[in-house]
Amino acid sequence: MAVPAVRRSPVRTEPPRLSFVRQALIIAAKDLRSELRTKEALNASIAFALVILLLFSFAFEPTQEQTRRMSGGLLWLVFAFAGALILNRSFARELPNDCLDALVAAPVSGAALFTGKALASFVLLLAVELVSLPVFGVFYNAQWTGQIGPLLLVLAGGTWGLTVVGTMFSALTVNLRLRELMLPMLVYPIMVPGLLAAVQLTTPLVMGQPAAADLMIWVRLEIAFDVIFTALGVALADTVLVR
Amino acid sequence: MNPVEVAGVWRFYGDFPALRDISFSIEPGACMALLGRNGAGKTTLLRIVAGLARPSRGKVTILGEENRGRPARASVGILGHGVSLYDELSAYENLRLFARLYGLPDANRAAVKWLERTGLERVKDGLVREFSRGMRQRLAVARAFLHEPAVLLLDEPFTALDDRAIELLQGLLRDAIEQGRTVLISTHQLREALELATDVTLLVRGRLAYTGTRTTQMLEDPGWLYRQYGEALSAPNLRA
Repeated sequence: MAVPAVRRSPVRTEPPRLSFVRQALIIAAKDLRSELRTKEALNASIAFALVILLLFSFAFEPTQEQTRRMSGGLLWLVFAFAGALILNRSFARELPNDCLDALVAAPVSGAALFTGKALASFVLLLAVELVSLPVFGVFYNAQWTGQIGPLLLVLAGGTWGLTVVGTMFSALTVNLRLRELMLPMLVYPIMVPGLLAAVQLTTPLVMGQPAAADLMIWVRLEIAFDVIFTALGVALADTVLVR
Repeated sequence: MNPVEVAGVWRFYGDFPALRDISFSIEPGACMALLGRNGAGKTTLLRIVAGLARPSRGKVTILGEENRGRPARASVGILGHGVSLYDELSAYENLRLFARLYGLPDANRAAVKWLERTGLERVKDGLVREFSRGMRQRLAVARAFLHEPAVLLLDEPFTALDDRAIELLQGLLRDAIEQGRTVLISTHQLREALELATDVTLLVRGRLAYTGTRTTQMLEDPGWLYRQYGEALSAPNLRA
């Protein structure tokens, strides 16, 4: 039996009064909960990081001086490649069951969705780095705890840069068949300034030495990189998500 | 102002026009069945109305607002082809997540209420990946209705549902329509949709072949609409 059409004024639903930060935190918490249940990206990323660190140590048996010179570069290479495994999952996690549709249809801003996803990937990648550092310390005889405060700040800055660029391209490549290949190919060239700054700053700190004053230029570059790409990601999120 | 207004919508995939100059509106409290054969453009149109895709030309408004705006999105409940649920979260966690994203004042209560209404309260802590297809579809229905939206957009909602679940969904839709909510259902299951519908829109190869009131004749002979309007537009001279 059809329901007869009754002319009336339309029912209205009040838009939610959720702040941007709250929306982003809800998305981040959802991503972290999902990842911690399956541990798909986290396990793969940690295993990859540790294997590369061990293999490199056994293959080259670097001296103390060689380690001092290459430590930052080696660590950020490992973090960048291990990070690709986490960043690939950022939007790919939404593919089964078309979950991205429900998120895009919800009254959540694209910027909050982007920020939430970037936050979740940032936490996961930082966890991988914190697991990798002690292993690096043991196998490369590095006093990485000597400048732990500044080192963590540099790691956080570099990781945020990697995460925002990666999240942006994860959204762009999510519907591509070769996204696992495309993401690193797009992210790494753009990451060059951010990675360079992170490498320069990490190299002395991870060996327990204070950063020299002439490294301030790299601090500025890292901050500028993070700010520019965060702003770009936030501004372009809606355009990228609705096509 | 009607709750759903579609004005001159075109959508191209490359050079191919998947939708050609579609215009219609749905009155408050009306239920429109969006019909058409495979590839007619039903899902594309529904995605554009929901704000999940952009039209190449034309405009869609929900309750007088641009359909991608937050007020419009807060007013729409969508059930698409996929169930849009996270396999690694429980039924309760999924509903609570969306209740929070829609800013409901008591997300926990809303989640429990809709688990009860869809008969899933006993499996509320079960992970969605362990659910049967029918249970997932019922949970997806709960997700779409959770924030009691003014406009419901449903793409093949009866798929994978058994008789009891179809009855449940039809009951929920009847309640929604009686409350003055506006419903747009895209489906191949003519009989179920026409039983609920007050209006019908037929798409043929991306064109609007018919839009108007659902008549008794359509209900008695669901194939009549296709014979009357569908085949004329499929004729070779109108295919270009």
